[in-house]
Amino acid sequence: MTRGVLLGRAGFGALGVGALAYGAWLVWGLGSTQWLAVGKWLAGGVIAHDLLFAPVVVLVGVIAARRLPSYARAPVAIAVVVWGSITLFAIPFLGRFGANATNPTLLDRPYRLSWLIGLVVVAAAVVVASLLRRRRER
Amino acid sequence: MTPRRPREEDFTSPLRDNRVTSRVGLWLGIAFLVAFLTGVFSHYGQDTPGWFTYPTGPVSIYRVTQGLHVLAGTAAIPLLLVKLWSVYPKLFSRLPWPPSREAAIQAVERLSIGVLVASAVFQLVTGLQNTTHWYPWGFSFRSTHYAVAWVAIGSILVHVAVKLPIIRQALPQPLDEPAEPVATREPSMSGSGSGAHSMAAPSTSAPGVLSRRGLLRATYAAAGLAVLAAAGQSVSWLREVSIFGVRSGEGPQGVPVNRSAEEAGVVDSAMDPAWQLTLAYGSTTMKLSLADLEAMPQRTRSLPISCVEGWSAGATWTGVPVADLVARLGAPAESDVFVTSLESSGAFSTSTLPPQFSSHPDTLLALQLHGEALDIQHGYPARIIAPARPGVLQTKWVTGLEVLS
Repeated sequence: MTRGVLLGRAGFGALGVGALAYGAWLVWGLGSTQWLAVGKWLAGGVIAHDLLFAPVVVLVGVIAARRLPSYARAPVAIAVVVWGSITLFAIPFLGRFGANATNPTLLDRPYRLSWLIGLVVVAAAVVVASLLRRRRER
Repeated sequence: MTPRRPREEDFTSPLRDNRVTSRVGLWLGIAFLVAFLTGVFSHYGQDTPGWFTYPTGPVSIYRVTQGLHVLAGTAAIPLLLVKLWSVYPKLFSRLPWPPSREAAIQAVERLSIGVLVASAVFQLVTGLQNTTHWYPWGFSFRSTHYAVAWVAIGSILVHVAVKLPIIRQALPQPLDEPAEPVATREPSMSGSGSGAHSMAAPSTSAPGVLSRRGLLRATYAAAGLAVLAAAGQSVSWLREVSIFGVRSGEGPQGVPVNRSAEEAGVVDSAMDPAWQLTLAYGSTTMKLSLADLEAMPQRTRSLPISCVEGWSAGATWTGVPVADLVARLGAPAESDVFVTSLESSGAFSTSTLPPQFSSHPDTLLALQLHGEALDIQHGYPARIIAPARPGVLQTKWVTGLEVLS
């Protein structure tokens, strides 16, 4: 390791440990009534990603690699990265879980229709890109 | 074939490469840093430490910082997903056995990664839910989001420190070269993994398979589209394309609402014609009716209302400068002014104007919005509007102003 890397490591490390310690102190200060609820959501995020979401994505990848013709794989992968992450982001909008009858200015757009239109556009783009790639492959 | 736990070397995609991880990680780190700095600024605006003086200008500072805060968090969602995907096999790597110094170091590093993933996912999930008013949890959002923000940024900095040698090597390395498994990958923990990588590595050039460059472009496109889909609530000319904006920008008198009069439980008390504003300073108290306030010199100002949740709207407000009311009480100009709402409890029910705001000529007890009496949803009969402040402190349905000595 060069001197620069060592210095960089020391700098980032010291700042990081300091911020972590302050954060731990703040979390401690939230009080015992909050720890369980916060802990559930902290652990829940890791479990939901590592044991649920990621295995599903891996499985989809394995199935796609085996079943899809080679010319369709890249378009499908791009579509999954783009529309999959947008969909995950859109969950609170699609479900309108925070909607409130007394405040019509909140969550006031046609989210499900927009999502469906987006899905159709992405699917059409996948088909067109796959056909173009098939022609090129031949 | 009997099912068994996956091993790191079972994952053979050549897209899982340090060059991808480090590039996505760089942008993810920038997104988290922007969200952290703007978030701390907002927190200090609401819960001001003694050494910090919140600025009264430029008037758009809070709508810009909170817009950035929410959009940086939005961009981080696809970036974090792809980054975690690119290193997912490491979850299945085994610690060396029997216990050794090396095993202990690796165990500590794994633990720190656990804290990093937990806090990063927590910040993005709770932040997103807060912008949409969805609170399915039993903790206080603001104090928790703030505390975990420090944990997240600290874990990120520690992670950068640990990975710096790999980052330095992988970031400048061209994406199109075949992977050099021994040099660019971390030393494989089981020893047998490098073979699998070296076999799989050059295959990105195979027809039909996504390249590393392609994956990166898709990731950046996803982040950009997510920002575009959310940005309309912060950037008004993007409203029409922002399919996942929390607010279209419509509302009573053309301004969105965060907390309704019904939620606040003030429908009857705010519409009561006997409403009076109580002014207090020490033992002096004064009661002013709406007509009394309307008879005072009025000032009209264009000031944005900007929410911690990232939405904002420009509006023209007319009312009595708070400084005039302080002067009417005979109180010193540079004072803290404690504002109480008809709303009886909760975070929105009171606020304190520090001296730089209570003495600022543009800090108004507003009676009108766009030249009409305030809609009840905007705080009829009177609300506070001060330049550059977080929306939660722009107290609505004001019933009392007390000059604190």
